Amino acid sequence: MVNSSPILSVSDLNVFYGSFRALKDISMDIRERKVTALIGPSGCGKSTLLRCFNRMNDLIPGARIEGSIQYRNEDLHAEDVDATEIRAQIGMVFQRPNPFPKSIFDNVAFGLRINGYRGDYAEAVERSLRQAALWDEVKDRLKDSALALSGGQQQRLCIARALAVEPEVILMDEPASALDPIATLAIEDLMRELSYDYTIIVVTHNMQQAARASDDTVFLMMGDDRAGYLVEQGATEQVFTNPKEERTEAYITGRFG
Amino acid sequence: MKAPETRFNPRLEQRHRIGSLFYGLFVISISIGIIGLLVLIVQVLVRGLPWLSWGFISSYPAPDPSEAGLLAALAGTIWLMGLTAAFTVPVGLGAAIYLEEYAEENLFTKFVEVNISNLAGVPSIIYGLLGLALFVSWLSMGRSLLAGALTLSLLVMPIVIMASREAIRAVPDSHRQAAYALGATQWEVVKGVVLPSAFPGILTGTILAMSRAIGEAAPVIAISALVFLTFVPSDPFDRFTVLPIQIFNWVSRPQDDFRGIAAAGIIVLLIILLSMNSIAIYLRNRYQTRSED
Repeated sequence: MVNSSPILSVSDLNVFYGSFRALKDISMDIRERKVTALIGPSGCGKSTLLRCFNRMNDLIPGARIEGSIQYRNEDLHAEDVDATEIRAQIGMVFQRPNPFPKSIFDNVAFGLRINGYRGDYAEAVERSLRQAALWDEVKDRLKDSALALSGGQQQRLCIARALAVEPEVILMDEPASALDPIATLAIEDLMRELSYDYTIIVVTHNMQQAARASDDTVFLMMGDDRAGYLVEQGATEQVFTNPKEERTEAYITGRFG
Repeated sequence: MKAPETRFNPRLEQRHRIGSLFYGLFVISISIGIIGLLVLIVQVLVRGLPWLSWGFISSYPAPDPSEAGLLAALAGTIWLMGLTAAFTVPVGLGAAIYLEEYAEENLFTKFVEVNISNLAGVPSIIYGLLGLALFVSWLSMGRSLLAGALTLSLLVMPIVIMASREAIRAVPDSHRQAAYALGATQWEVVKGVVLPSAFPGILTGTILAMSRAIGEAAPVIAISALVFLTFVPSDPFDRFTVLPIQIFNWVSRPQDDFRGIAAAGIIVLLIILLSMNSIAIYLRNRYQTRSED
């Protein structure tokens, strides 16, 4: 799976919530400018793993990690690393569209403002909205409330909002699970499009989505101690057509999970 | 329809009768409230309207009811409200933000929360006496507007804190998460996302707290006790009187005409109160529709 040096490299990662171990001994690499899908049954820790990459778990009281995640050969959880800075470089799109109750423009401009963007705001907002394939639908009503948009449009707005701060990596936590099939396809096309410029890690419950839209697939399961562990990782085509593990095949073909 | 022999005895007629009985009781309950309020308002309007004039609003108190006015009390009330709001809003909102956004859930914060809820139920005269001892005597502010405003601030602070916390808690966590994920610091999340969403609720709570303060007589009597003032306060260290005290004084005079101008004073107080509440409702609706459509 490694053909250039990975942008993110996880080694022996363990995540605890209080005394509960949510993830056990995870080691994996993320390739740059590829779409990596995290799949697995509910409760296996996919979202927990995703939230380690931009240190959103820091916000949960009692959460702590062991092991390391290297981002461009720098330990993400090192003491001198500021989570705030990391989150501007590793953006996130959530399961449910969560635009701010502000105008479309202000949603995209929020990250520009807090991160002290020095260029032209209107131009940056337009660029982000174009990248998120939303510009043509909203260009005449940038001052309208973002909440007036449809669910699929809201989610693309959230993607534009994340893109505006020019991250390298975008984490997506089941970005289409709250959307209808057409809006879902739009998001998948967008993921493909974006992977030319960005590294994308996407959690999904949808096997077809993982197969269609990702380059690499990581399959997690929940052990008897309820801690998530990594079963298999590899190129999506290989994982889906010729899995090494029987459990992977069983899950992908819908025999459990 | 004749009921067949079954294992049920529905007693439909009796159950519907009980239903109607309770419906009737509830209608009587609401009627008592509405009728009481109507009688009060009609009585005040009948007695007070003939006395209500520009002269009444723009004159100082006088021994002759036909020349007396409530200018000093009206000015005192406006001054007092302005100062009270200036003290209460920053401190109350700050406390609410701390409790909701920063404080960890532990025994200490639980203790603080219980205390704030209890303080909202303390009789206002107790606050008056506290203000008298603390601000008037100990901090030597004298019987000034400043001492009165600080006392009223203490009185309505719990209301502002609780309303603000309610509004802050209603902001979806997903909005905070979205802001954090863009690289916002905690203060940027609070300032950029939480406060704008919570603003209508905070505003409503503040205005309602102010309309509570505006009608309070007891604590202000403890602080000021002045009813015959022939000047408009010009700075926070001046002595003052307020509408409820002025009205209370007029009502207790023996001459019947004073009760007439007391009623006129009540009308003025009611107008101020109702306008404040209407503004609160208007602002709440306006911002809510804006953030939901």
